[in-house]
Amino acid sequence: MSASFTIDGKAVPFAEGQTIIQAALAAGVYIPHLCHHPEFKPHGSCKLCTVRISGRQSASCTTLAQAGMAVESDTPALNDERRTLTQMLFVEGNHFCPSCEKSGNCKLQATAYDLGMMTAHFDHFFPSRPVDASHPDVLLDFNRCILCSLCVRASRDVDGKNAFALSGRGIKTHLIVNAKSGRLADTDVTLQDKAVRVCPVGVFLRKDRGFNVPIGRRVFDLKPVSAYVDATAALAKE
Amino acid sequence: MSAIPDPVAAAVAATVARHRQDPHYILQMLREIQEACDWIAPEAIDRLQQALGLPRTKVEGVAGFYSFLYTKPRGRYRVLFSDNITDRMLGNMELLRRMCEQLWIERGKTSEDGLVSVDTTSCTGMCDQGPALLVNNYAITRVDAPRVDAICELIRAQVELAAWPREYFRVDDQVRRKDVLLGAALAPGEALAAGCARGAEALLAELKLSKLRGRGGAGFSTGLKWEACRNAAGSEHYVVCNADEGEPGTFKDRVLLSAHADLVFEGMSLCALALGARRGMLYLRGEYRYMLDQLNAVLERRRQAGLLGIGILGREGFDFDIEIHLGAGAYICGEESALIESLEGKRGTPRNRPPFPVTHGYLDQPTVVNNVETFAASCLVALRGGAWYAGIGTSASAGTKILSVSGDCARPGLYEYPYGVSVSEVLAACGAVDVQAVQVSGPSGVCLAAGEFGRRIAFEDIPTAGAFMVFDQRRDMFAVARNFVHFFAHESCGFCTPCRVGTSLLRNLMDKLNNGHGSPYDFAEIEKLNRILQAMSHCGLGHSACNPVLDTIAKFRPAYERRLQQKEFEPAFDLDWALEPARQMTGRDDAGAHIGSVEKS
Repeated sequence: MSASFTIDGKAVPFAEGQTIIQAALAAGVYIPHLCHHPEFKPHGSCKLCTVRISGRQSASCTTLAQAGMAVESDTPALNDERRTLTQMLFVEGNHFCPSCEKSGNCKLQATAYDLGMMTAHFDHFFPSRPVDASHPDVLLDFNRCILCSLCVRASRDVDGKNAFALSGRGIKTHLIVNAKSGRLADTDVTLQDKAVRVCPVGVFLRKDRGFNVPIGRRVFDLKPVSAYVDATAALAKE
Repeated sequence: MSAIPDPVAAAVAATVARHRQDPHYILQMLREIQEACDWIAPEAIDRLQQALGLPRTKVEGVAGFYSFLYTKPRGRYRVLFSDNITDRMLGNMELLRRMCEQLWIERGKTSEDGLVSVDTTSCTGMCDQGPALLVNNYAITRVDAPRVDAICELIRAQVELAAWPREYFRVDDQVRRKDVLLGAALAPGEALAAGCARGAEALLAELKLSKLRGRGGAGFSTGLKWEACRNAAGSEHYVVCNADEGEPGTFKDRVLLSAHADLVFEGMSLCALALGARRGMLYLRGEYRYMLDQLNAVLERRRQAGLLGIGILGREGFDFDIEIHLGAGAYICGEESALIESLEGKRGTPRNRPPFPVTHGYLDQPTVVNNVETFAASCLVALRGGAWYAGIGTSASAGTKILSVSGDCARPGLYEYPYGVSVSEVLAACGAVDVQAVQVSGPSGVCLAAGEFGRRIAFEDIPTAGAFMVFDQRRDMFAVARNFVHFFAHESCGFCTPCRVGTSLLRNLMDKLNNGHGSPYDFAEIEKLNRILQAMSHCGLGHSACNPVLDTIAKFRPAYERRLQQKEFEPAFDLDWALEPARQMTGRDDAGAHIGSVEKS
């Protein structure tokens, strides 16, 4: 563990085979991210973690760390672009934070606050995405889906169920469940599944419990997402 | 059990058996089920999933990705008008409206009797003989009003596609200028025998000497690619020919495959010789479905002639065969890693790179992916040597390039020139006059204005995958850019945020300008989106999605300024326009049903 590179001038050690974001989070250096999860293989779709290396931008979750590389991350220009990506995610779906049970525990919301996003900026797409309330324990609200594939990966790689997948293409890409009826009730998904607990936004909601922790005392109400470095552990306790 | 034969069950069973129950062939199976049943019903997915032992999500995820696969009924006759800008210039939208009116249907919706649907699709590669359309994925060229009327009659009378006049399906090669490649009349096996005589090592040396570079646009050294793949460790090596010719305005691979298929397959076989590969795959775009049978016939003829199969040309250990995979309407599959994903029976999402296909390609094994034209050109190198080939063209761009010329010119078609030919030379040859602009290499390429026609087609000046679309002074370059932006929004794979959302936002902004709501603010917004797409996107599609806009803004700014009708920002939302669905539902179009007229009255 002797090799290192720098992020914004700060030395970051890394092990062979680690990506930039893996090394950064391990060293306590925050890089904004949504589709990255420390327990899963690099994915690279949200692009929030894009950094600048020798004048070229690339996703830090899919770029291997190399000794001596100088990574720029917390710069006004990169944060401007990350804010724009976050705004894109907001207008693409239907995100109504004030009435959302995940408010305060939502990585998208927390990242938006942290990047200083004040408005959605772009015209909303207002897609029609009916919720699926068929399952006895879990409500699926597709309106909040940011297509990060974490539930897809968790169900496939951890739960061994392949309960979720992305279908469609382009702006019509959407989450589907493993049932001919298209209803979650007709799958083998249970509350214990990793897939149900890994969503960085509010697609998966427990039916028997709501607002257990009052708004104001939730994970990202206490401190901003960047102060957690990796908020996954804190969210897992909720 | 029911005694009534179930066509869905039969279709699924047949395709699963044809592809030996191999789940990697799921895209081919879905396509064949679609061909047999007109759509992919939930029952078909049930049966396919059970037969292959796959989760339903996997099958539905793949089926939902490709434009030509339908999980909802789309009619027995599925008409798709090619919607490249060249088709637009030839009046395709008027013809589409005519067909919709005659068939009494709305664009994009299936007729109530379930007989027919009419919609648009991305460029079908018939730009030199458009306007073009596809019926059940079979290409029809030179569509005009009488042909539309006749097609409507055939559909109404429910005449089988096979009984439609052959003339409708005629696709001409239209080769206007031949050089060393299109003019090479090689006998099948000639180049392969020459390659075998040289041996793998010497063949690679000749390829490197030839300075042959990939013809798909990126221009990587073919010799180095083959060598890197040969040297990469793997249980198998694969040869993949990229015939997913999706870049709007490009149709040279169509002609190479229809007139010179032996040359292409022979180039793949030379590659197999160099790599020690035993399997090759040609990924043919779904729009070229009509060529599938003839290409399979060429493969069979080559097997009979000992040019494919076990012990090629009598050489022990030279075992190689080629199969054809058909795409199903996804431009992104032209990107080599997305193409490999698609070959593996997955959604066509570009992979994270590195690793690159030469080390981790098909089934994670070393794989060469080359363009149709590159494989064909490699035959010339094998036969005549690297030094001879390197002597053609310029020092940095050896050999010739086939251009697909379309748009405003007297003689559209294929033009093969040595690299270094100037744009004005090509324009003179194709009979283009009063030219305003040329879009080279399609929407993801570059738009040239009149002052730049002295520039040269070469890797060191204007690299190109082959498209060459000509626009004369009558054309509105804003409309050209808007058509290309719509194309990218439709073809974005949806994997990464900037491209998935950004291409749609860009499309909406171009539409806003087109609808007269544009202001300088929107102009700045377009430039901001362009920066994000270039800097943040996952693959080349996103990086280049803004090229047509950036180029046309830089070179044809008045075309945009005409659209900036507002000095101050105004929203894209138009209340009167938003009332249109209500007017349609109530059948009203009187003054009282319009916002503007109510305010005035």
